Amino acid sequence: MGNNFLLGLLRFAGLVLLQVLIFSRMNLFGQVNPMVYILFLYWYPIRENRSALLGIAFLLGFAVDLFSDTLAMHTVATLTTAFVRPALMRFVFGVNLEFQNFRLNNSTRVQQTTFLALLILVHHLVFFGLEIFSLTNLLLLLNRVLLTGLGTFVFALLLSFLFSRHRE
Amino acid sequence: MQRIINFILRNKTSLLYFFLLFIGLALTVQNHNYHRSRFLNSANWLSGSVYQSATSVSDYFGLQEENRRLAEENRRLRQRLFNLPPTDTVLLDTARLTYQVLPARIVKNSFTLPNNYITIDRGLKDRVVQDMGVITPLGILGIVERSSNHFASVQSILNTRSNINAKIAGTDYFGSLTWNREDYRFAQLEDIPRLVPLKVGDTIVTGAMSSIFPEGIPIGTIARFDLNPSQSFYQIDVELFNDMSNLRQAYVIRNRYRPEVLELESETENGQ
Repeated sequence: MGNNFLLGLLRFAGLVLLQVLIFSRMNLFGQVNPMVYILFLYWYPIRENRSALLGIAFLLGFAVDLFSDTLAMHTVATLTTAFVRPALMRFVFGVNLEFQNFRLNNSTRVQQTTFLALLILVHHLVFFGLEIFSLTNLLLLLNRVLLTGLGTFVFALLLSFLFSRHRE
Repeated sequence: MQRIINFILRNKTSLLYFFLLFIGLALTVQNHNYHRSRFLNSANWLSGSVYQSATSVSDYFGLQEENRRLAEENRRLRQRLFNLPPTDTVLLDTARLTYQVLPARIVKNSFTLPNNYITIDRGLKDRVVQDMGVITPLGILGIVERSSNHFASVQSILNTRSNINAKIAGTDYFGSLTWNREDYRFAQLEDIPRLVPLKVGDTIVTGAMSSIFPEGIPIGTIARFDLNPSQSFYQIDVELFNDMSNLRQAYVIRNRYRPEVLELESETENGQ
């Protein structure tokens, strides 16, 4: 328990710092800033206390918001992603989720990747929807969701390989 | 009563979600107003210090380039100084100058959002307060919006709420400089009437209609302009002198007479 808590805290701080000091300044092709802190929700234990996860997601988004002067856009996006996370997990992992010893590590690569991609999609849709704040620029919205989503996906995948405890 | 409690217990996650969502949305809406909250921005103590320590490391990688830019600025200023008409008296007492300039370092920059803010390492302890102009060696940068003790948050000209008085250099035709958030290299100049003769490449500088910036600070050059036959104003794209994606050194400008100007203006308005 204590070990898990420490690991979570370390991830939280590490991801926030990584996000605001490196990825938020990346500006790939002039506009793409991958939002890799979403990996927190990917790594979070499968069998979670939902209320606690919501609270933590709120704090995570809020911390990133404070650093990037985008008050509450990251917060709302992360919070919403945390809220729909169980539904996404049910969709991706199906019955596997019922097994007592099911872990992210013993699911297939395809399942892991789909789960990550869906988390990113939900997060970015909410985030850019709030940023643009109107549906008149639907094309701009989709453009940014796709471009930034792709960037986040690539970097998040690389990071998840880098820190994976699953050695082959 | 029992059923209400059961309902709450059953849906406690959803209720918590909507409660937190409401807080988040309220903060978003509040943040869209002009008066942003005092502490919840990147000029606060925590994020300011983190950005400052990160900057103090990354600064070393740009020293040579920064040196070249400052030398170029010195050259330009000296050239102007040597070509000034000789004066009889030189003011030594800085308290009598209209504008005071304070060097500052940029610790956080952004240019990809619709509303960009820049954080600098000067704050209330250096008497940096709201509505002071901020420039770089190359040109205009923005206006201070909030300051904490050691940091200040600057509304960049790349901000859809930014609106700065600008004019065509050498004339007195003035308009407002805004940003349409499409490209960080270009800002838009509005309200220049159609009878004004324009050329691509004309220089745009700050105008005299504001008490924030001194007149004649460079902004950029006209990259293209459009004159719709049905409209009476030009649509002008201004290519900025500043590379907004690569900033380090800045200067904060304090106008000694700004409080006086503001007081006079408010008296006039109230008198009407």
